[in-house]
Amino acid sequence: MNFKLKDILPQLITVVAVVLVFGFFANNASINMENRGIDFGFGFLSQAASFDVQFSLIEYDGSHSYFRAYLVGLLNTLLVSVIGIIFATILGVIIGVARLSPNYLINQFAAFYVEFFRNIPLLLQIFFWYFAALRALPLPQNAEPMFGNIYMTIKGLYVPTFIWENFNIFFYSVVAAIISIIVIRIHAKKVQETQGKQIPVFIISIGLIIILPLLSFLIGGVSATLETPKLIQLAQTSFKFEGGISLPPELIALTLALSLYTATFIAECVRAGIQGVGRGQKEAAASIGLTPNQVLKLVIMPQALRIIIPPTTNQYLNLTKNSSLAAAIAYPDLVLVFAGTALMQTGKAIEIVFITMFTYLTLSITISLFMNWYNKKIAIQEK
Amino acid sequence: MAKINFLKPDISNLNTFLYIGTFLFFLSILDVFLNSFFQINLTGFLPSKISFVLPIIIGFIGLFFIRIEQSGFKFLDSLNKNINTNNFNAILSLLIIFIIIKSLPPLLSWFIIDASFAGDSKDVCSGTGACWTYIKVWLNRFMYGMYPNAEQWRINLSFISLGLLGSVGYFATEKFKKYLTLYYVVIYPFIAFLFIFFFISGGPVFFDFSYGIIAAIISIIIGFFIPSKFKFYYFLLVPITIYILLKYFIFYEELIELGKLDGLNWVETGAWGGLSLTFIISFFCLIFCFPIGMAFALGRRSGYPLIRYISVGFIEFWRGVPLITVLFMSAVMFPMFLPEDIFIDKLVRAIIAISLFEAAYVAEVIRGGLQALPRGQYEAAKSLGMGYWKMHIFVILPQALKLVIPGIANTFLALVKDTPLIFVVGLLEIVGMLNLAKTNPEWLGFAMEGYVFAAIIFWIICYAMSKYSYNLEQKYKTDR
Repeated sequence: MNFKLKDILPQLITVVAVVLVFGFFANNASINMENRGIDFGFGFLSQAASFDVQFSLIEYDGSHSYFRAYLVGLLNTLLVSVIGIIFATILGVIIGVARLSPNYLINQFAAFYVEFFRNIPLLLQIFFWYFAALRALPLPQNAEPMFGNIYMTIKGLYVPTFIWENFNIFFYSVVAAIISIIVIRIHAKKVQETQGKQIPVFIISIGLIIILPLLSFLIGGVSATLETPKLIQLAQTSFKFEGGISLPPELIALTLALSLYTATFIAECVRAGIQGVGRGQKEAAASIGLTPNQVLKLVIMPQALRIIIPPTTNQYLNLTKNSSLAAAIAYPDLVLVFAGTALMQTGKAIEIVFITMFTYLTLSITISLFMNWYNKKIAIQEK
Repeated sequence: MAKINFLKPDISNLNTFLYIGTFLFFLSILDVFLNSFFQINLTGFLPSKISFVLPIIIGFIGLFFIRIEQSGFKFLDSLNKNINTNNFNAILSLLIIFIIIKSLPPLLSWFIIDASFAGDSKDVCSGTGACWTYIKVWLNRFMYGMYPNAEQWRINLSFISLGLLGSVGYFATEKFKKYLTLYYVVIYPFIAFLFIFFFISGGPVFFDFSYGIIAAIISIIIGFFIPSKFKFYYFLLVPITIYILLKYFIFYEELIELGKLDGLNWVETGAWGGLSLTFIISFFCLIFCFPIGMAFALGRRSGYPLIRYISVGFIEFWRGVPLITVLFMSAVMFPMFLPEDIFIDKLVRAIIAISLFEAAYVAEVIRGGLQALPRGQYEAAKSLGMGYWKMHIFVILPQALKLVIPGIANTFLALVKDTPLIFVVGLLEIVGMLNLAKTNPEWLGFAMEGYVFAAIIFWIICYAMSKYSYNLEQKYKTDR
């Protein structure tokens, strides 16, 4: 037997301590709940939630269940996170590259941007955009159209939308284009490895992604008409826009603040990544006759991405978690809809906070597992 | 005279190009400058779109002409090297210069020229600029929250004395340098706690909490004399024992009542607020999250699997959830987990929640430092016959902590920036007070001024912290 008291005892004591603390909490919770006449259970999820949500991606009203309300909140959280991630990435990459620019003015400008937005609390930025900046926008009746048909008003952003006919065919054509591009890429790689010939994949890809959907318009009977937002008078001084897509000001303020804030961190990741690739790599690649484009594509980027991607994913996760600040400006995200309104109505504090935390935990653990897998895949294979 | 090729500036016609280029460049800047500061449009006779892009075109041509390599003029060369390397950079530089010139007048007029400073009512704020009168009138509330005006000297006095006591490290002579760590880790937090307990609160705020703090401090002090073989068991058991002893057997509440200063009113934590609350919360969370984080970092690297799993579970749990849900938990769920007769103040609950949350991040940062140390350091320490605690305290942690100064500083910055979230539990620090003030019917419509004010304060705090950490990093950088 290899058991030693010295090894077992500390672990045992720790476990006992943890179990005691949790037991203490659980015991108190059961006593408290009994005293207040609350019972534990998730049955309430199927009851009708009798509250409305202002902004929802799926059909929802007071007659739907609490579970549906949970889904509404979750989808809203995911919506703002995805939009935020897209904008933060674009902005972050631009700023990160700009910080390395040889142009003094540009890299100082980028540095100023990073220092400025990084050092102000995110909540303050959200409040600023929502309560100060967006409140200065005109009322719907005074709004001037931008770029033709886009209206920025105090009630939100109104953008035209397409009304599709035979949308399915269009969708299939895009899918077909993407699949054929993947096939061509694989084929091109094989050809290059076996015969050394290079197929202009990029041009073919662009051609495919334009031509196939275009064909669906010409042959497949797909058509799209633009529906523009129209001003409608409700009462003497009350106007609103109808038609098109309307984005509530909460969503805009939140997306702006999240992407401007997270972009600073992504910019730092990008900068560190590009700086992390040694200058020798670039010079070596150039000296064996690669073109500048090839140097970037085949030598610099694969190495820089290896450094950039893990911390950037962390930032994406942070952005998703930070989107919970939406509750402060009443954007109906998971925290506001579920941990706020639903908790008030049902009084099921433990269950609801548990579900909310579990949801976020699942999101982050899924992404971290994926990241670990990806990291392992792209890690340098040392012998 | 040789022909001048205007499409290809070269050094043989240096002066010509220089004169024309500089003239065009300054002409474009002058146009934008006059336009933005004095509303004079030099090119107003042209169609509006052309007049809009003309400065860029003129400036671009000017920069194109002066882009002459190795001209011999130092200033010109450095200008070309820094902002004028090629056409693309020239246009970007011009755009940035124009944006700065264009945005200065409106900013200046909003901040200073058209702003109102005088008076103490809303009537003076009729101009188009900022209304700093609003900030002036509400400044007391933004700094101290609902803390009674007559008692605010207590907060000032506490902060000033704590600031003075905190700067002891700069003035300590060589003789006392070796006690500084002990001072900053144990004595200083204890003094700070006493100040807040007796002075700022002046009443029964922290009772259960203060047992904990005193237990922790006593056990740390005794812990220095415990042989390292037993340190683990000691830190697992003794603090809780001291806590229970203090709570149930030593009648400490009476002692505290005895020690109370006469004539101080109790100010409950609900009335605390403003920037001072931001400082109090950041300070305490900073003190607590560091040792907790260190413990879990060591736990995650421990050789005992069960301790490792528990640490991993703790860290991953707190890192996976947003702070706002943690505060929700501390507000609505945590009271359910306590016996009915124990009531913990909401400020204390918020501090515990934020400390645990940030401790997980600190743990990950410290773990990074521990992993970065070469294995040889561990082996060398062990071969000298050092035990686990001795090895970590004297060999591993000093090096690891040095490595992770930037990471720790970032975590603390995040902590300061996260304090506004305590609005969830109903405490109003500076951002919360702003939101309260902006709904006051007498002062509607000054949201912008308030947020700008708070942003400036936070920016100064955070920027100073990040610069300080950078200096620290440079100071402790040792070649490895």
